[in-house]
Amino acid sequence: MPLSKPPLWDHHGDRDAKFTEFGGWDMPVEFDSIQTEHAAVREDAGIFDVSHMGQLHVTGPDATALMQRLTTNDVSQLEAGNSQYAAITDDDGIIIDDVIVYRLPDEAAGGDGDPTYLFVPNAGTDERTHERWVEYRNEWDLEATVDNRTDEYAMFAVQGPSAPILVDEASEESLSDQPRFSITAATVAGVECLAARTGYTGEDGFELLLPWEEAETVWEVFDCQPCGLGARDTLRLEAGFLLAGQEFDPESNPRTPYEAGIGFAVDLETDFVGRDALAAIDPDELEERLVGFELIDRGVPRHGYDITSSEGRVIGTVTSGTMSPTLGRPIGMGYVRSEFTEPGTTLQVIVRGQSKKARVEQPPFIDTV
Amino acid sequence: MSFEIPEDRRYLESHEWAHDRGDVVRVGITDFAQDELGDVVFVELPDEGDTVTQEDEFGVVESIKAVSDLYAPVSGEVVDVNEELFDAPELVNDDPFGEGWMLEIDPDDTDELEDILTAEEYEDQIA
Repeated sequence: MPLSKPPLWDHHGDRDAKFTEFGGWDMPVEFDSIQTEHAAVREDAGIFDVSHMGQLHVTGPDATALMQRLTTNDVSQLEAGNSQYAAITDDDGIIIDDVIVYRLPDEAAGGDGDPTYLFVPNAGTDERTHERWVEYRNEWDLEATVDNRTDEYAMFAVQGPSAPILVDEASEESLSDQPRFSITAATVAGVECLAARTGYTGEDGFELLLPWEEAETVWEVFDCQPCGLGARDTLRLEAGFLLAGQEFDPESNPRTPYEAGIGFAVDLETDFVGRDALAAIDPDELEERLVGFELIDRGVPRHGYDITSSEGRVIGTVTSGTMSPTLGRPIGMGYVRSEFTEPGTTLQVIVRGQSKKARVEQPPFIDTV
Repeated sequence: MSFEIPEDRRYLESHEWAHDRGDVVRVGITDFAQDELGDVVFVELPDEGDTVTQEDEFGVVESIKAVSDLYAPVSGEVVDVNEELFDAPELVNDDPFGEGWMLEIDPDDTDELEDILTAEEYEDQIA
């Protein structure tokens, strides 16, 4: 199956970006160097093309009810122009995906008075998520329209301490006083966009949703470091954020939100698919949970490496690891047996057959907004 | 993008170079390899006195995004290791054919170098 391409695929190629397959998309992984791009976002600003992320649009009289029953957080608490982080779980409470759910401001909601939601599933999951929403809508006989608009929206993340200034300069509206997790209609580089005060780097910034065909106009107005998915991965790991396919995967790494450390996004007062299974779990009695760790010995932890106790017993697996560009030391995340999750606990990570000392450290590894 | 490929060296298909310096053969990875890897953050090399065998693994180079095994372009005894790389692995990116060298090997038989790629052949491979 041919890979999907973001709208600026040629443009990125002209800039000598390197590409990688991610979720069925051919995406820029590196423009200059991961360390250069990473540092730009921590110290100044960078722009990411994240057009591979899905965009699903839900509206109608029962839109809130549909979203409430298919995501773990309390959608009814969302006011127009706000967003929340949530998981999508199956009947067993296993994470299928994690998403940001935006309730669109009235001026972007279609004008018929119904609440309108835009949510952003991970790359390559938009079609199956769309099917899920339609199937449950039909089963529950809810009045809501569900559209997959992944191919209509380009999405750019402008991230870093200088990002709000850059977005302000590029937009007709004043956006830098927008609160975290808000979303508003904005005119950026003369293009009508949605501007959300969200991101996945641990830094301040915006995510801009814009018409696919206007991508170059908006991208070009930002005079800052272009960044690829490589830097996005090191930035999100330093911030302790999950990556689909690594920290959770319904097939290869089935995890509940409690194991994955996102219990804050579960509201058991609401009735959602997976709710009863999660309600039956005592979060204090989990067998395994996700931890962060720092590798003390020389080496780099990688996805899939075993984690052992000091005695050599296998107690877990690394889900993500890297040499932290900000900290200059190797960090990672992984699932381990609960008795080994206390910060400061000594572990061993098996790096190509060699046992390397590590210490549990609660993410985030850096200060985040 | 064009890459530096010095003609005074031999190359493995796995992107290591070998420079016959008379008494020893110096070994490193190519400009193309460091570019493919991206930011090098860690190297694992053998100790002085260890022996290596042509086309067998002798160590590991890690960038932020990838791990790659290193292969010996010639058999022999390791007589020097570039320990500067332990504290400054970025030298592999900055100067792969110079300051970023990795090993010096006292070769068992320098004729082995005739069995691996010339600069021209390596250039064809990465073209």
